[in-house]
Formats: sequence, C-alpha cells, structure tokens
Amino acid sequence: MHELSIALSIVEMGIEESNKRGGAKVDAVHLKLGRLSGVVKDALLFSWEIACQGTTLESSRLEITEIPVVVHCENCKTDRTIAEINNFLCPVCNAPTPEVMQGRELEVTALEIIE
Amino acid sequence: MTQTRLVEVRQNVLKHNDVLARELRIRFQKAGVFVASFVSSPGSGKTAFLEKTLTKLRSQYRITALVGDLATANDAARLARAEVPVKQIVTGTICHLEAQMVSDSLQDWDLNELDCLFIENVGNLVCPSSYDLGEALRVVLMSTTEGEDKPLKYPTIFNTADVAVITKMDLAEAVEFDLKAAHASIQAVRPAMQVFEVSSKTGEGMDKWLEFLQAKFVDGQV
Repeated sequence: MHELSIALSIVEMGIEESNKRGGAKVDAVHLKLGRLSGVVKDALLFSWEIACQGTTLESSRLEITEIPVVVHCENCKTDRTIAEINNFLCPVCNAPTPEVMQGRELEVTALEIIE
Repeated sequence: MTQTRLVEVRQNVLKHNDVLARELRIRFQKAGVFVASFVSSPGSGKTAFLEKTLTKLRSQYRITALVGDLATANDAARLARAEVPVKQIVTGTICHLEAQMVSDSLQDWDLNELDCLFIENVGNLVCPSSYDLGEALRVVLMSTTEGEDKPLKYPTIFNTADVAVITKMDLAEAVEFDLKAAHASIQAVRPAMQVFEVSSKTGEGMDKWLEFLQAKFVDGQV
C-alpha cells in the first residue's frame, strides 16, 4: 500500500499553496484519480486524515473525482470508455484497444482555501 | 468574515518522481545505456530469471543490476553470482522503487562505461505501477504456479508494462497451468503485448527472450 505516501505528497502540495497565502487554512483538496493510476480511492481516503494531522489541512476534505478509462478504438476510429480495467475491448465492436487516452490521472486540480 | 475560495492548481501528484524519471531517461539515452525494469509478485522467479539473463549476456555486454527489497541483501548476493556489478537498494518500509532511489544508487557508477542496466523492483504487483523509473522497457513476470488469472487481478501493472514473461514453465504441467487462458488474461489487460514463456531452471525459452533483448540494444532503443 503506497496510498499514505501519495496522501503525504498531496498534503505537501496543499501546504505549499497555503504558505503562499500566509498559512491560510485549506478546507478541501480536489483530486482527479484515474482508474489506471494504480492508486485505490478508499485506501487514499483512509490515509487522508492521518496525513493531514498537525498541518493547515487538518480536518480538510479530499474530494476525489474518479476518471474512467478511455481507449481509442482503431476499428471504430473513435474513443470509447471501457467499464472494466481488465477488459480492453471496444464495447461497441469488440476489437482490442491497447491505446489508453485517459485514466492514468493522479492530479490535484484545485484547493478550497479559507480566507 | 471568512469565505472559502477555490484555487485552481492542476499539478500531478507524482510530479517530483516523473521529472526525475525523465531526467534519468535522458541521461541513459545520452550514455547509450539500455535500461529494463522487472516487476512481479514476490516469489515469481525474478531473481533467478535475471541471474540467468545476466550470465548469458555478460561476455558480450557491460551489464549491471540494481535490486530493490524491503530488507536483506540476499538478492544482490544471488545476482552477484552472475559476476556482474550489482547493487542492492534496501527500501525499508517502502513497497516500491522510486526514481530518486535509482538516481541515488547510480552516483558512483559511470554510465558511459555501461551498455545495459537491469532494475529489479520490489516484489509487488500493485505499487510499482505508479512510479516511472526512467526505464526504456518494463517487463512484468508471472509464474505458472501463480495461476492464469493474475493479470485480471492486477490489471494496472500489466497495463503499464511493455512485455510479459511467464516463468517456471518447467512446472506448468505439474500445476496444470492453462497457457491459453494465461495468454487470454494478458491480452485482456494489455492487447498486443508480447509474451515470453521461459524456465530459468531448464533454460527453455531463454534464447527467444535474449534475442528480443539484444535486438533492443542494437535498435538503439535506449
């Protein structure tokens, strides 16, 4: 499980932003989490409270938007969302779809800062 | 009166690792070193496979290996039997290698003196998938004793790898390993992935694997 170290990295980014604003309190962090990122949402949420302790992010929320996996189907010449990450087949024509367009995200998009 | 303000950030959480991995990749390319990393669950035969590979290639190429484990230098000692320079990275409680650990380990090695570097990751099919190490090739291993559906259970690591190796083929019959089902599992998580079937013990399939690897050196895909 590496979610605690991921949570600590996110907290560090939050602290950096908070420091830029004179140590303002961070109320929430918004995160995009791709289903192919290798990071598990529940484990990350579980680590969040511990990671925030004693920082300007204490008792903040971690708002996670899960990003589905989108692949490119060569056969249909279009992008398709796949439902399961262990079935890389076009849901329409059933062709194998190795090209991943979206779903590896692990990105902080915004912070809610109390002023 | 206090109010909450939304501040846009847009920053990759693993930016530090990604930046470092990119720098490493450029350094490897400039020095002409081909770098391959190996990931698998504990006990799948990574070290035996690497030992065999190193032994076969050492007369023709200048090869080294980095090996990551939570504790002990046992694997480095095993790989050293191949008579190539080996370094152990002991990660302590960390379940994967990061670009920083690779970078730190390279400090007293002159990359210009090398043709090839093998990095054996910590035995773990989950965490290493998120961390780029600057490698040119990521190899995922699964053994016949683990079951055919390993890729379906750990799709992310198989999806981030470039090639797969099925190890312990000498045990396939004894454990009634269904090779066809294994290939189907791999293709389901990473369509078109090249797969090698090997036995480090008997040497079965090693020639094909070594041929593939040597073509990579020649292609300059470093």
